[in-house]
Amino acid sequence: MTTVAATHDVGHGEHAPSGFWRKYIFSTDHKTIGIQFLFLSLFFLLLGGILAMQMRWQLGFPGKPMPGGGILPESMAPGGVILPEYYIQLVTMHGTFMVFFAIMPLLVGVFANFLIPLKLGAHDMAFPRINMASFWFAFAAGMVMLASLFVPEGAARAGWTMYAPLSARPDLSGAELGQKLWSVSIVLLGLSSILGSLNYITTIINNRAPGMTWFRMPLSVWSLFITAILGLLALPVLSGAAIMLLFDQTIGTHFFDPPAGGQPLLWQHLFWFFGHPEVYILILPAMGMVSDIIANGSRKPIFGYHSMVFAIIAIAFLGWIVWGHHMFMSGMNPTLGSSFMISTMVIAVPSAIKTFNWMGTMWRGNLRFHVPMMHAVAFVAMFVIGGLSGIFMAATPVDMHIHDTYFIVAHLHYVLFGGSLFALFGAITYWYPKMFGRMMSERWGKIHFWLTFVFYNLVFFPMHNLGMAGHMRRIYDPTQYDFLKPLQPLNTFISVCAFLLFASQAIFALNFIISLFRGQKAPQNPWLDNGLEWTLPNPAPHGNWAQIPSVYRGPYEFSSPEVEEDYLPQTRKLPTDREPAVLSSGAPS
Amino acid sequence: MTHATASLMRPPFPAERGVDAHNLKLGMWVFLASEVMFFTALIGSYVILRFGAPGEWAKPGVVLNIPVTAFNTFLLICSSVSMVKAFAAISDGDQKMLKVWLLVTIIGGAMFVGIQAYEYTHLIHRGFLPSGVREGSELAELVANGTLPAATMGLYGSTFYAMTGFHGFHVTCGVVAMAYLYLFRVRRGKYSQQDYRGIEAVGLYWHFVDLVWIILFTIVYLI
Repeated sequence: MTTVAATHDVGHGEHAPSGFWRKYIFSTDHKTIGIQFLFLSLFFLLLGGILAMQMRWQLGFPGKPMPGGGILPESMAPGGVILPEYYIQLVTMHGTFMVFFAIMPLLVGVFANFLIPLKLGAHDMAFPRINMASFWFAFAAGMVMLASLFVPEGAARAGWTMYAPLSARPDLSGAELGQKLWSVSIVLLGLSSILGSLNYITTIINNRAPGMTWFRMPLSVWSLFITAILGLLALPVLSGAAIMLLFDQTIGTHFFDPPAGGQPLLWQHLFWFFGHPEVYILILPAMGMVSDIIANGSRKPIFGYHSMVFAIIAIAFLGWIVWGHHMFMSGMNPTLGSSFMISTMVIAVPSAIKTFNWMGTMWRGNLRFHVPMMHAVAFVAMFVIGGLSGIFMAATPVDMHIHDTYFIVAHLHYVLFGGSLFALFGAITYWYPKMFGRMMSERWGKIHFWLTFVFYNLVFFPMHNLGMAGHMRRIYDPTQYDFLKPLQPLNTFISVCAFLLFASQAIFALNFIISLFRGQKAPQNPWLDNGLEWTLPNPAPHGNWAQIPSVYRGPYEFSSPEVEEDYLPQTRKLPTDREPAVLSSGAPS
Repeated sequence: MTHATASLMRPPFPAERGVDAHNLKLGMWVFLASEVMFFTALIGSYVILRFGAPGEWAKPGVVLNIPVTAFNTFLLICSSVSMVKAFAAISDGDQKMLKVWLLVTIIGGAMFVGIQAYEYTHLIHRGFLPSGVREGSELAELVANGTLPAATMGLYGSTFYAMTGFHGFHVTCGVVAMAYLYLFRVRRGKYSQQDYRGIEAVGLYWHFVDLVWIILFTIVYLI
């Protein structure tokens, strides 16, 4: 076998593309694609934030003209006062943009693309051109969704979960084109995710450097691998459902139309069969990257590496059999409800294993509170709060009370903002030097962290109280209800804090942009980390390595007694290390 | 790897590290896993809607022309056989027979799509639409005289066109992919006994599409 010359269509051996279009726009380089995803999803993160601010204005100051709202057309906000029809679009599009176009591409599009080949020691993804297609499908999906804000009657109005028949029938929702564009966009996005996932899975299975065994992979790569499997198997179900919805909207089929025998509950089942694996798509990569950062910031090997891996797998597996807990109020056989309740609660076990392992890693570590570490520690704390409120709603009787209230809103923001987004702020700061060759400002990073941490908790923690008091989610004007009137000062307080939280993000945005041009030049290994990516110059060249490195150990050998330094890179060969076996073909993949 | 038989069984081009399969083959298997989930969503919805339907489901033979579709099924299965022959030819290094058998497969697939297009035209002409039965059509009379159940014809049309339509779309994609390989790879002699990865991958896809059709034919046309 060794005699056969390797024939590969992977990027190595090719020259780096020189033209502007091939290098920066239609690039097949995984790093460029990752950075393209970064700019695209940060744009949608900002847009989702702007929509949230408008919602918070209406909830905090119902019926008052919104500052700057005068630029909105009469059909949305006459005189700056938000109309109910516009408010429900805000709710829908905030959820849609944040879940599908901000958090998911930030975690998977950006970091799976950027990190997997770098951390595994590969020249590029297994299928660079499919990778490029994945980005451009996501881009098209984003543009279609964005365009839906500007069509007559405005964007989709059925909430990000698009429950039928409201979503399926324009006579109910009042928006025809907006609803159709939502469906089209989600189908395109599903295609993008499937193409991305199959690329990540193939690359991780087949294109690891010699010596990079499964259990020497960083937890970030492990979590991205499991996430890719979830995406691969969950997104086609959403695509199928969205196509059926689109057919209901366009060619008059009756999948979700009750008068003709269609079943609205079918949509809910399909959506949540996708939707629950989706919530782990939105948190597992964050967990993986936080594990890398916490081990680095603690200068200790990660506590319980294998149990971390098996916990990721267990969470992903259990994620497939719990979707019914989103539907306790939709009508369900109580026995089935109980089994969904129990399977949901079981997820607390692997999640707790991970939490204790993070704490075990930090315990008696030589802690270094650099900006990524602060975000990572905040992630652990906020994720615990979000996880605990999750157990409340897993219990069917409790869920009956808090279903569709602000308690749910509080919970999902604790895991998505407090969890995923804090991890992302940390991860972006951490790998920024690898992406752009410069450091982000440490001082402004810390100021951003503290402002975000404080205002974030002031915004979302009181929502638990609102929810317990029965404040419904997605309502337009809480003061219409007598029992919610005493809560209005709390709503106003939340809104003011939300504006301050949003304003604090300007620090991050400015830090990000200014550091691109003025940031301090990054040293090769700024965080003194062990990963393969730090053996490359910043930013890494096209094709990454001229010669694929050999790997001698796992990624968390911090404070090893075998070396002087407190870190031991995976590629550094000690006298006791044996050369890893190069497998049969000897193909430098 | 050290196993002698495993080494004999393996294709001669280099496998990547990891599993003993080249990237294209592994990637295709992974993609097919996602396709399984897509068709599961469609077929699962069909099962739920049919068994939860308000009333009886139409007898397939009344609306659909089963003999024509049975012939079409036979054609698709034959094209799977010719795909295997194409694969066998190139793994023996026989470029000429690869050309022949791949062309046979392409023609078989194209005929399948053609017959399906004819079937759709005919069904629409008789008044069978994705939204149900068209007013004043031939099938509308059958609904009126009780041969077809009025309550479930909408669902019948929705599920029929969604499932068979997406299968037809997959066959079309397969034909396009094979035609691309034929024109730009096979005719230029890019495949050899040492490297026939593209044929192997497209073959996997083709067999999958065939397998899905056997399931769909059974549940849509026979029961």
